[in-house]
Amino acid sequence: MKPIATTRTVIGMSTGKLAVWWVIASEIVIFGGVLASYIMHRIGHPEWADQAAYTNTWAGAFNTLVLLTSSLSAVLAHQAAERKEGKKAARYLYLTCVGAAMFLVVKSIEWSTEIHHGFTLQSGGFWSFYYLAAGIHGVHVIAGAILMIWIAQYAKKNEELQRVEYIGLYWHFVDLVWIFLFPLLYIAK
Amino acid sequence: MSTNDNHAHPHPVEPILPPMHAQDPVPPHGDHGDGHGHGDHHAEHGGGDHGHDGHGPTSFWSKYVFSVDHKIIAMQYLFTGMLMALIGGFTVYVFRMQQAFPDAHIPGFGVVSPDQYNMLVTSHGTIMIFWVAMPVLIAAFGNFLIPLMIGCDDMVFPRLNRLSYQIFLLSAIILVASFFVKGGAFGGAWTSYPPLSAKGAYNTTSLGSSMWVVAVALEFVAFLMGGINFVTTAMNSRAPGMKLFDIPIVVWFIVIASIMFMASVGPLFAGAVMLLFDQQLGTAFFDPVRGGDPVLWQHLFWFFGHPEVYVVLLPAMGIVAEIMTTFSRKKLFGYKTVLFTAVATGIIGFFVWAHHQFIAGIDPRMASLFTVTTLIISVPIAEMMFVYIATLYGGSITLTVPMLWALSFVAEFLIGGVTGIFLGAAGADIYFHDTYFVLAHFHYTFFPIAIIGTFAALTYWFPKMFGRLMNETWGKIHFWITIICFNGIFIPLFLTGAAGDHRRIYNYKLFPEQMHPELQDLRVMATVFLVIMLATQVIFLYNFFSSMTRGKKADANPWKANTLEWVAPSPPPHGNFAEMPNVYRGPYEYGTPGRADDYYPQNIPPGAG
Amino acid sequence: MLERFLHAGSTYARDIDGLILLIFVITGFWFVLAEGIFFWLIFRFRKRDGVPTQYVTGEEKHQKRWIAYPHYLVLVCDVFILVAALRVWSNIKIETPPIDARIRIVAQQWAWSFVHPGKDGELDTDDDIRTVEELHVEVGKTYQFILESRDVLHSFSVPNFRLKQDAIPGREITGWFTPTETGTFDIQCAEICGVAHGLMAARIMVQTPEAYAKWVTQGGPTSLVAASNVKGPSAPAGAPKHDGEH
Repeated sequence: MKPIATTRTVIGMSTGKLAVWWVIASEIVIFGGVLASYIMHRIGHPEWADQAAYTNTWAGAFNTLVLLTSSLSAVLAHQAAERKEGKKAARYLYLTCVGAAMFLVVKSIEWSTEIHHGFTLQSGGFWSFYYLAAGIHGVHVIAGAILMIWIAQYAKKNEELQRVEYIGLYWHFVDLVWIFLFPLLYIAK
Repeated sequence: MSTNDNHAHPHPVEPILPPMHAQDPVPPHGDHGDGHGHGDHHAEHGGGDHGHDGHGPTSFWSKYVFSVDHKIIAMQYLFTGMLMALIGGFTVYVFRMQQAFPDAHIPGFGVVSPDQYNMLVTSHGTIMIFWVAMPVLIAAFGNFLIPLMIGCDDMVFPRLNRLSYQIFLLSAIILVASFFVKGGAFGGAWTSYPPLSAKGAYNTTSLGSSMWVVAVALEFVAFLMGGINFVTTAMNSRAPGMKLFDIPIVVWFIVIASIMFMASVGPLFAGAVMLLFDQQLGTAFFDPVRGGDPVLWQHLFWFFGHPEVYVVLLPAMGIVAEIMTTFSRKKLFGYKTVLFTAVATGIIGFFVWAHHQFIAGIDPRMASLFTVTTLIISVPIAEMMFVYIATLYGGSITLTVPMLWALSFVAEFLIGGVTGIFLGAAGADIYFHDTYFVLAHFHYTFFPIAIIGTFAALTYWFPKMFGRLMNETWGKIHFWITIICFNGIFIPLFLTGAAGDHRRIYNYKLFPEQMHPELQDLRVMATVFLVIMLATQVIFLYNFFSSMTRGKKADANPWKANTLEWVAPSPPPHGNFAEMPNVYRGPYEYGTPGRADDYYPQNIPPGAG
Repeated sequence: MLERFLHAGSTYARDIDGLILLIFVITGFWFVLAEGIFFWLIFRFRKRDGVPTQYVTGEEKHQKRWIAYPHYLVLVCDVFILVAALRVWSNIKIETPPIDARIRIVAQQWAWSFVHPGKDGELDTDDDIRTVEELHVEVGKTYQFILESRDVLHSFSVPNFRLKQDAIPGREITGWFTPTETGTFDIQCAEICGVAHGLMAARIMVQTPEAYAKWVTQGGPTSLVAASNVKGPSAPAGAPKHDGEH
């Protein structure tokens, strides 16, 4: 039973969208904190570049491509939702989740290889930040995928289609964070 | 309805109505998981906004424990906060007794050991800020007041609201549980600086330290979630006709506080994860031996910690504004000025954080910069205080209990404000840092915020919350004793701090310069006043709880105030208003020329009433 | 003003006290003015029968002036305080005067230890005098201290000197002071450092040149005698050892 409060949109933006932007804003500050701390440390520790050399740039690049593509499918999902094509929107959401899964699989392979070679969370400053930043990002990928599946259950019945746009916004943000992480962790060597 | 109102910002006669059917398609749906038992009648409400009386939850569990009603959630936050305040009050009773009577057996506790002393001061600070001030001022009053004051029936995301409380409750449980684990509660101060906080070998409370971090991080999550509701509801769900500058100041201030909280807590949340990893996973984010930097934590902490004080200050000042206008029957002096100074303070507040770190080993030139910004921030704050004081001019002031609290907020906060200058001036801070002078300063700000502000709000909105009036006489007795004792506690502590008493020292016996009898007299004096003050709170608690069932019944608007919460019945039912109100004017139309009454509620159409 | 509580025992202690007095006077003025007007308004505009309230918006220019002028005046006062504060700060923490001698101060859980230059007058040589819990200096000489920590954050605080500086493990932080009166004064730790933070007391002995010279000739450690006069642990219990501290 939704309150009347949910039906009002005094500022002209739907409440759900406003809420998603609020969540994104708070996440920007959280990731901003992680990244700012990392950058400050990197500047103070030029020798970290020696450790950074061991990250797998190809895996990182591939994952970047995967995430960008999944953002595309999120856009397509939104477009379908706008046209009230709920089933199609749900399918595109599932496709986005496939992208998320691929991302996570590649990351697991990356990490297990690195751990096997002795680069663990405790291996020093660079690696601590590497696993922390990518780990927090990964948690958001998983959360986003779960939300997408849940939203798709409604969308395929043409219900709550506005949520497709909201999760799309969130997903673009998760993508954007990776766009920052990739050069910081994989390219800055 | 074409008459003009005689006031400074005339409204169009036809209030601007928002689209009744939002861009969100709202199909009828059947998720009744929260036990409301509603039918799918939402879409049928169509043209008129009607309340939901009679459609509320019915069982004890759905009504009081798993409720999604903002008023119940507000009460949950309020009572949890009050319970935590009892714990916070107990901790300070014990350690101040230790200060007054070192190594004595403290009644109700025993002899205080040095490590217990550290745990007590740590718990006191942590609990009072995160589990008393924030839940009561922001979550309880924000939840209770916002939908009522903007004229709608609930928050926009009621289930998210409930979830935020549940996470908050979990955080409180974890914090309290940390007292009972092996090693005991964390004792490294509420600021939790590493390396002390990062390594069990240093702090001896390995498990307690991590529970502390987890509890604080969860509290942050709860308030981030709560903020979603406050901001979206206040922005989007206002009654038809309520423009931005018709929003009551307390609602504005809670919204601005939520935004400030959200913009400042992120880096500390990241830092908390880093600290937890250092504690439990052997990382070295803050370990200088292995390439980390302990000062990084300080920056992350204070980047949040300074805006945090404004996060709690603004709701309290909002509460004071509502009360001062009601009981002086006066418009708020310069509504827009008040808003502007709050926003200015909020923004500048993000650029002063390192004044907590002047001698921490930061670049001293950076410290100079932060002295400049810190002294600048005194300007908008001073302006806010001046504007509040100016509101009294030309008024007709009655000293009811809420008004006594609201006025005392101003008088006491002024002391906190001016003593901050001594600390913001870096040269002087060299001496005052880590002394009781700092402690007295921040208690002259925090006590007005968290305690005076709370009593002001509780005594003012009690009739609305519970449909009854609190006893005025006992309220006045409680007020006077509390205020006198408050000053009796902290004025001596300004003096002992100026005399060199450092913080977090459980016994000064090893410091001959601190062992002058006069200093010990001052410490005893502070403790005696504290004990009296704590005991006096029984009066309030009795008044509060007995008035809930036996107080004189209150009607909807016992204070003859203007804002929309006084339109709803006392207490408001589920859904708040029988008919959703429209708004025709600002919230502080007191003494409007041409009216018989000295007040002009926001929802009365022009020309009527 | 602080002299009433605690002597000012260093050159810059007087500067700091002067700054504090300046702030006290300026903020005191504003405080008295604001509270005075506040209480007067409460009295003057108390509710009286038949007297209606005035409709004051605070948006008109002539009304805003009452706020604007004071708030510009606050700004001016702030500038005064700022200039004074920055001068004092800069003198103590940014600039360093010519140094007569250097000392090393080591903080650890939970004791202070010190390294003084020995007969050769040079620090970090073989004849350095090491003490625990007492620091010996000569009145009137300007000392540079090199502050370090072996474990967690500590803070070297000498209230009599109005001196305070945090010690960070992994770093050497320098500062300076010039004592102006002889005597024995407290050293406190000003950053919570664990269970025995309140037991980390030490003393600074400001001596005449003769007494100091005599102490140096004796090779220093009266500390074993002095330490037994100070109640509390003279060696840290269970303090973790590090290799390669700095």
